[in-house]
Amino acid sequence: MYYIDPHIHMVSRTTDDYETLAKMGCVAVSEPAFWAGYDRGSVEGFRDYFEQLTAFEPKRADWYGIQHYTWLCINAKEAENVSLAREVIAMIPEFLNRPGVLGIGEIGLNKNTRNEATVFLEHVDLAVRTDEQILIHTPHLEDKYQGTRMILDMLCEDGRVNRDRVLVDHVEEHTVRHVLEEGFWAGMTLYPVSKCTPARAADIVEMYGPDRLLVNSAGDWGPSKPTAVPDFILEMRRRGHADSFIRRVVYDNPLTFFNQSRNFEFTPPDVAEPAGV
Amino acid sequence: MSVSQAASDVFEQEFLPIRAKLLEVAAALDRVDRAEGNAQTDRRRTQVQAAVQVLLRPDDDRAEQIQLIFSRPYEKGWRENLGVNDEFIE
Repeated sequence: MYYIDPHIHMVSRTTDDYETLAKMGCVAVSEPAFWAGYDRGSVEGFRDYFEQLTAFEPKRADWYGIQHYTWLCINAKEAENVSLAREVIAMIPEFLNRPGVLGIGEIGLNKNTRNEATVFLEHVDLAVRTDEQILIHTPHLEDKYQGTRMILDMLCEDGRVNRDRVLVDHVEEHTVRHVLEEGFWAGMTLYPVSKCTPARAADIVEMYGPDRLLVNSAGDWGPSKPTAVPDFILEMRRRGHADSFIRRVVYDNPLTFFNQSRNFEFTPPDVAEPAGV
Repeated sequence: MSVSQAASDVFEQEFLPIRAKLLEVAAALDRVDRAEGNAQTDRRRTQVQAAVQVLLRPDDDRAEQIQLIFSRPYEKGWRENLGVNDEFIE
C-alpha cells in the first residue's frame, strides 16, 4: 500500500532508511524542524539546518523516488533561549517560499515553561501572519497531558487560527479526544516505548474514526522505527479492516491536510499499487 | 468503528501478548525488589500500584486512566501562574 509519513526526521536517518521506506511503499515524507541532539549556538546554525531541510534532504529522498516536504521553526527544547528563538523566528520567512516548505513546525512545548509558551505564541503569530499551516509537538510522557491542554488553550484563544490547518502531533489516549473535539488534526507517533504503538493507534482509529487522524513514525535520534507506518497498516489488516479504510489514514488524510499549503505539490504514483506490504 | 469480532476472538488473539506483558511487569518489579535498598517511597512506585489497580476495573478506558496517573496535572490558571502574556491574541 502506498503511504505518506507525515512526521519523520530524515536528517537523523541513514540513506539506507530511504531505500527501506521506498521498498515499503512510502511515496512522500514530511519532515518538521527539530532538535539537533544539542542546543544550537546561533541563528546561523538554524540557517544552515533550514538549508539542509529545504535543499539537500529533498534531493536525497528523490534518489529513491520519495517526495520530501519540510516545516521550519525553533523547536521547543531550544525555545528556553528566547532571544535566540526570536532571531530564528525573524529568519524563517527567508525560507517560506522554498519548494516543499509546508509551514511552521514542529512547534510546541517540552517541559511546559513560560519561555516555551512565549516562543510558541510567537511562532503561531508568525504562522498566522504568513498564512502558513502549523505542525505541533506535544511533550513527552508525564508532561504530555498538561502541555497538550496548555497548547490547546493558546490555539483556541487566538481567533485567527484556522483549526483545519493545524496538526497536533504525538497524541495518545489521554489527549486525542481533547484535540479532536477542538477541531484540530491529530497525529499518532508510533514509537517502540515512549509514545504510541501500532496496536494502540489502531484502537484509537477504531474508537474515534479515521477523520482528521494521521499516523507517523517520527524517526528520530532515539529508538524509533522508520517503518512504523507499515506496522500500523499490517495491524489494521490483521483486524480485518479494508484497505480503503486504512488508506484514508495513511495516504488520503495526509494529502488532504498538506493540500492546504501553497507549496505542496505532489505527484501521485501513476501505476497500480505494488504488492509491497 | 471496529470490524465486528466476538470478544472471545479478540481475547484469543490478545491472550499471549497480555500474558507476556504482565510477566515483563512482574519480572521488572521483582528486579526492583531484589536490588539493594528500598524503592517503596518512590512516588513512581505509588503510580505503578495505582495503574495496576486500574487494570482490575471493568472499564473500557483503562489506557486513558493509566496515562493520566502518569501525567502532570493540568491547571486552568497556568497562564497566570507562569506569567505568560497573550499580546498576540485577537
